[in-house]
Amino acid sequence: MSFSWAKPYEPKHPFMRWLDERLPLPRIVYNATGPGYPVPRNLNYAWNFGVAAGLFLVIQILTGIVLAMHYYATADGAFDSVNKLIMRDVNAGWLLRYAHMNGASFFFIVIYIHMFRGLYYGSYKAPRELVWMLGMVIYLLMMATAFMGYVLPWGQMSYWGAQVITGFFSAFPLIGEPLRVWLLGGYAPDQAALTRFFSLHYLLPFVIAGVVILHIWALHIPGSGNPTGVDVKDEKDTLPFHPFYTAKDGWFAAAILLVYALVTYFAPNYLAHPDNYIPANALATPAHIVPEWYFWPFYAILRSFTVDFVLDAKLWGVLAMFTSILLMFFLPWLDRSPVRSGAYRPVFKRFFWLLVIDVLILGYVGGAPISWWRTALGQAAAAYYFLHFLVILPLVSRFETPLPLPKSISDSVLHGEAAEAAPVGTKRGRKTAAATAAAE
Amino acid sequence: MATQAQSAEGSQNLGAGEGDVRRRDFLNVAAVSFAGVGAVVALAPLVVQMSPSADVLALASTEVDISKIQPGQGVKVSWRKQPVFIRNLTSAEVAQANAVPLSELRDPQSLAERTKPGKANWLVTMGVCTHLGCVPLGIGEGENRGPFGGYFCPCHGSAYDTAGRIRQGPAPLNLQVPDYKFTSPTMVEIGATEK
Amino acid sequence: MVRVIAFLVGLVFAGILLISLIGGLATYFRTPPEVFASEKLHEEPKHLALPSDGPFGKFDKAQLQRGFQVYSEVCSACHSLSLVAFRDLYGLGYNEAEIKKIASDWKTQVPSINPDTGEASSRKALPSDNFPAPFPNETAARAANNNALPPDLSLITKAREGGAAYIYSLLTGYQNQSPALIKQYPDAKTPPGLHYNPHFANLNIAMPPPLTSNGQVTYADGTPATVDQMAKDVSAFLVWTGEPNLESRHAAGFAVALFLLVATILAYFAYRQIWHEAKRQVRVTGALDPRNQAKTRRAKAREGIAG
Repeated sequence: MSFSWAKPYEPKHPFMRWLDERLPLPRIVYNATGPGYPVPRNLNYAWNFGVAAGLFLVIQILTGIVLAMHYYATADGAFDSVNKLIMRDVNAGWLLRYAHMNGASFFFIVIYIHMFRGLYYGSYKAPRELVWMLGMVIYLLMMATAFMGYVLPWGQMSYWGAQVITGFFSAFPLIGEPLRVWLLGGYAPDQAALTRFFSLHYLLPFVIAGVVILHIWALHIPGSGNPTGVDVKDEKDTLPFHPFYTAKDGWFAAAILLVYALVTYFAPNYLAHPDNYIPANALATPAHIVPEWYFWPFYAILRSFTVDFVLDAKLWGVLAMFTSILLMFFLPWLDRSPVRSGAYRPVFKRFFWLLVIDVLILGYVGGAPISWWRTALGQAAAAYYFLHFLVILPLVSRFETPLPLPKSISDSVLHGEAAEAAPVGTKRGRKTAAATAAAE
Repeated sequence: MATQAQSAEGSQNLGAGEGDVRRRDFLNVAAVSFAGVGAVVALAPLVVQMSPSADVLALASTEVDISKIQPGQGVKVSWRKQPVFIRNLTSAEVAQANAVPLSELRDPQSLAERTKPGKANWLVTMGVCTHLGCVPLGIGEGENRGPFGGYFCPCHGSAYDTAGRIRQGPAPLNLQVPDYKFTSPTMVEIGATEK
Repeated sequence: MVRVIAFLVGLVFAGILLISLIGGLATYFRTPPEVFASEKLHEEPKHLALPSDGPFGKFDKAQLQRGFQVYSEVCSACHSLSLVAFRDLYGLGYNEAEIKKIASDWKTQVPSINPDTGEASSRKALPSDNFPAPFPNETAARAANNNALPPDLSLITKAREGGAAYIYSLLTGYQNQSPALIKQYPDAKTPPGLHYNPHFANLNIAMPPPLTSNGQVTYADGTPATVDQMAKDVSAFLVWTGEPNLESRHAAGFAVALFLLVATILAYFAYRQIWHEAKRQVRVTGALDPRNQAKTRRAKAREGIAG
């Protein structure tokens, strides 16, 4: 860790010393999440969502591994193994299935808040560009894992979702169709696709776990960001991760788990689509094919391209959809403002909230049945999305006048307190300013 | 205000009073233990799901029609995915079993103890050698019955007599008699009472 | 460099979207799309209140048994229930002997093989069997039903938008088409072999009205079997077939939610208490600096102001 005042790891117990001499795992944990990791003292609750995401990754892996003990990865047996064996006969099977199903949704809710925190507070800026890009890799892996997982129950939406998403690849000229057939191992989703999706769905979460470790490692080199975007200057600015942020993350995790439990136990199918309780039928398409909610904004972008212009509409849609995710990798170079946090960038802030509304609109359009005005709305929203990241952000970052930054983190933390706790009989402002000046 | 600031300053400088430490620790200990209990309870479904599921438990009993089995013949049926030997003993085989003194047996049991009252000729045993689990020979026509005229396990040479009791070889126990009952003179239900 | 390419990409996509938008709107206003009759005439499900609704929902076992009776006597002729096993009927309150009888009396037998000749044959169902399907395969089912496939009913309340209310509305929603309606929406005219039901998405459903008259089923518990009652009961039964664990799920949910609520509160207070320390460990500047506070006290003492 790069902060000089970080508490060093000094094992007291002889066994811990023995272990530390041979394999410094406890040392790594101490320095990463324990008293050995100084963290800015002014983090707000937007910073809780990284740990929450880790929690849901663990939940998904644990429930997933035990579900795999009962699941049959065959086109004939998959639906029944989920909806008969697991849901009815396996002890607590219904709980494991609903927990896994809703765990995926909550994983995405938490990750989206985590990503929007990054967008608002400039977490992607130097020196944390790699943290951001590793995070985008995790996001892509999550999307792949979730897509393949959704295919496994082999319901109508599983099958037709697989059909549509693998169909994207056939949009590419020349290599498209061979690529699609190679991915599926056939001409349509069938046994070959199902078994390979099961294999990869089991594998990728562990790859995600590995990239998460790199993500945290890359973060711990410069240390965590903070809501002011001002760098840590000295010990006053930080608190050791344990016990301060373990306590804060702990209570918030309990609260998130409470919401998760309420959904899992009392509304387990609220976020699901009824059509996936119909066994897959290759000869009958559902009335409205939609992916799971966390893909809706990208689905809206895909469907927004309706005219052939040089390239055909399908290819435009696929290119735009991939671009909408991949452009995030370039964010550190698109937004060059030296000021990190949106709290001190009033123009940027307004566009940020416009983006949030825009993504919500795109999500709505992506999940709703097609109609003329929704398509138009989606097209406008998709246009804004691209303009926001590719045109507006670079321009804003170039021409905006930011607000003055606080001198340090502790200044911003104590500014409020000092004013409140001013001694009797003194004028707050004068006293605080004089004392601050005197102390420096 | 000054008093408050002073007492607060005092508690900061002198360290907290005894009561404060206990209260502080108690809350933390309570919160962490609560979470710990929760974590253990949350693991319960992960462990319990490995126990046999309801459909496996439902196949826990099998009915067998024994009307076609002649004296001296036997059948091998499947129960809970394991072989069960059902043999109709001849009177000679019954006499042979009863003639053996219990003191000579590694696992002393009489034929009467291993069959139902009044049906001493019907021997229902698991077809699983009690040594390491092979399926012994002797139930089918022409199979090697071993030196004691009952069953013979080719894996390591365990020999069972006409009552399915271990007489020679490494197996420690007699062939296990499963839970069964006669639902009629010609029908046997295996695994009937354990539901 | 990155920004130049980004600009171009952004403008190109926005441009194509603008073209699509204008093109789409132009098409819409030039030739408004025809409104399908199904959009105009399709009705939302009627309101249905079941004892299993809501977080405190529980099954009414008597109602479930009545619903099962409707299923066995009316629906099972065409609709399978293959995810449910006879032994699952314990959940309806039947005992072992009753279930054995229901299974062995079931009008369709379970496919098996003749133990002597090995030919395909059938046997009476056991409690461990799933409900045998009325047709051996899809082709047979379609052949017997005017090329329509009666869906399996095990998950039907989870597989349809509107759930049990939709099933209830469908069963009670059969109507005649008025001549005025046919004149206004000629494409909604019921083709031969189908039946008009505005609760069905396509308006005309292949299933003939299954519940036609009061007293079609004679309930074992004596409840009058009106069409409405039968529809309600069978819908409640189908909620159970889709979610047999509903009651234990709700019970476990309350326990877990209560536990997590207490855990959250405890953890929150532990957090507040730990951070209380943090605010005090800061080497403060300004008015909270103990040196300044000492100065204040001395100043007050000099002036004679009470502390």
